[in-house]
Amino acid sequence: MAQDSYLNAGRRAVIEEMTRDESIWALGEDLGRGGVFGQYKGLQEIFGAARICDTPISEACIMGAAVGAAMTGTRPIVEMRFSDFALCAVDELVNQAAKARYMFGGQMRVPMVVREPIGIWRSSAAQHSQSLESWYTHIPGLVVVAPATPADNLGLLKSAIRCDDPVVYMEHKNLWALEGEVPEGEHLVDLGRADIARAGDAVTIVTWSAMRHACLRAAETLATQGIEVEVIDLRTLWPWDRDAVLASVRRTGRLLVVHEAVAVSGFGAEIAASVAEALHHDLKAPVRRLGAPRIPIAYAPPLEDRARVSDGAIIDAVQGLVAPRTAA
Amino acid sequence: MTQTKNIDRARFLALLRLMHRIRAFEEAAIGAQQAGLVLGAIHPSIGQEAVAAGVCTNLERADLLLSTHRGHGHTLAKGADPLAMMRELFGRAGGTCGGKGGSMHIADFGVGMLGANGVVGANIPIATGAAHGLKLQGSRQIVACIFGDGAINRGPFLEGLNWARAFDLPVLFVCEDNGFSATTRTATMTGGAGAGARAESIGIPALEVDGNDLPELDAAARGAIAEIRAGKGPVLLHAKTYRITGHTAVDPATYRPAEEVAAQRAKCPIARMEALLALAGVEAETLAQLASEAAEEMTAIAAKAEATGWPDAARAFADVQDIGDPRERAF
Ligand SMILES: Cc1ncc(C[n+]2csc(CCOP(=O)(O)OP(=O)(O)O)c2C)c(N)n1
Repeated sequence: MAQDSYLNAGRRAVIEEMTRDESIWALGEDLGRGGVFGQYKGLQEIFGAARICDTPISEACIMGAAVGAAMTGTRPIVEMRFSDFALCAVDELVNQAAKARYMFGGQMRVPMVVREPIGIWRSSAAQHSQSLESWYTHIPGLVVVAPATPADNLGLLKSAIRCDDPVVYMEHKNLWALEGEVPEGEHLVDLGRADIARAGDAVTIVTWSAMRHACLRAAETLATQGIEVEVIDLRTLWPWDRDAVLASVRRTGRLLVVHEAVAVSGFGAEIAASVAEALHHDLKAPVRRLGAPRIPIAYAPPLEDRARVSDGAIIDAVQGLVAPRTAA
Repeated sequence: MTQTKNIDRARFLALLRLMHRIRAFEEAAIGAQQAGLVLGAIHPSIGQEAVAAGVCTNLERADLLLSTHRGHGHTLAKGADPLAMMRELFGRAGGTCGGKGGSMHIADFGVGMLGANGVVGANIPIATGAAHGLKLQGSRQIVACIFGDGAINRGPFLEGLNWARAFDLPVLFVCEDNGFSATTRTATMTGGAGAGARAESIGIPALEVDGNDLPELDAAARGAIAEIRAGKGPVLLHAKTYRITGHTAVDPATYRPAEEVAAQRAKCPIARMEALLALAGVEAETLAQLASEAAEEMTAIAAKAEATGWPDAARAFADVQDIGDPRERAF
């Protein structure tokens, strides 16, 4: 194990995979200078300008070209800078990449990874802060991944690149500098497998991306109050690790889902509903979910903070779940 | 290149003053960002001030303007209050957008400034639609839409220009060509002869100007706006300039040689306007005073912005939409 950053782990994943398989290439704006956050720093020097490909500011064509290039035997990594800008290429992703394999009767596949960073990043305002993962979980044909740690960014990105279906790969902008233990040898993390980030028996928290860290902080505080929380980081949202979640909630009888995205129609709703359907008789309290209120993200810190799920809100929600219920 | 003693001294002194104010505003903003007071990204237009000044001075107050992420100069030139703009950058109460938008989303509908934009090229269809709306209402107002050279590689550029021609809309498209698309040289990613040729290919007249030559720009914008107001449909103005700073205020821009930047700095529109006015007999002292007054004004404005309080956090829930509770699932 060695310490590395979340950003560097993603960079290493691309280097290792591109070294292993010559059909892999990356395309996006400014990649030759390292990409907007430095995720591609030095890669053009290693792999050349054909495989680390600078593009015009043409999101629709970047995505559409990747679909075509994936159909003709290459494995493109698409860089969209921000999930917000990927909206300029939604037709190419949702109507084309996601549908082609099925619509054309399984004649081919579209092996591409679409990196589109999400999340609040201090004072980036309404068009550079969104967490749009639930949009893509709704689309048959797409895999959706949201890593939270450096090791997972390495292992999941490598698996995403090896996946034969289109993967929407959502790193969190606020995690780029996060340091953590990263295995030195070959490290793959299976798509669709959750990580039990902390074991506990009182309440199950299901979360992903940057909220994993908020939940773990809240769990520390709750432990000092004698409440042992199990924190499950889903890591992959589609397909999500239903078995891990159901097994945990069966033990704890209590579920809280926490995500940074707007709560309404967030992916938390899918998990809450699935657990309520499957474990109605095991639940000791109604399921709860926490996400942002239904507001765009503002620039000024006091307004922006209103869209953040705070550690305090998580603690309150857990305390509410374990509090003895008063008779109705 | 404009080289004459016979320029309208009063007009160009006023425009030089405006360019100094734009530069001083951005220098104050960059300083405030370094001091941790401006939290979001800022995209300075240092070296590009003539485009803002030359285009906006020819617009009437009622005319409309759409801008980009690099829009401080355009906004100021359209008549927005620099204190409100600075408060917006600081995220404070009384900001142009109440602190909700920040640098990349400044809008001041009171002066016809319909918004900067965080999405490259997104302003082009909106400007086209604004012009469409004005035409439907029989207005004599026109719309100016400023975008960068990088934006012409997005689909909305083609769609917007074609639409504006098809409906003969009153819109001035301005390609503010600073040579860069973020950290990439736009020429390396662009086919053909650029914005003007693309406009002409769909029947929109295009004017190529030296975007650092204010008198040339001023004359071209004035002529184009007169034609547009006379009902002749859209025109594209392609102004070639240079971005002296990095893409953002924190981008060291190491992807270009220092000599290139130094050479461009010497050709910046402020230096060139000063040289012309000196040639026309304006005293060096008068010129120097314009610069120092602008710096004083904007330093004072930054201090005022710093002394302003934060917006009320409850405003986070205001202006979302009329029906449906924005506090849904708020905690
Ligand atoms: C659709 C979209 N893609 C990418 C970006 C990221 N981005 C912000 S500014 C910029 C460069 C724009 O270049 P240009 O249009 O020439 O304007 P300039 O920055 O030079 O003023 C890019 C790529 C964005 N904001 N929107």
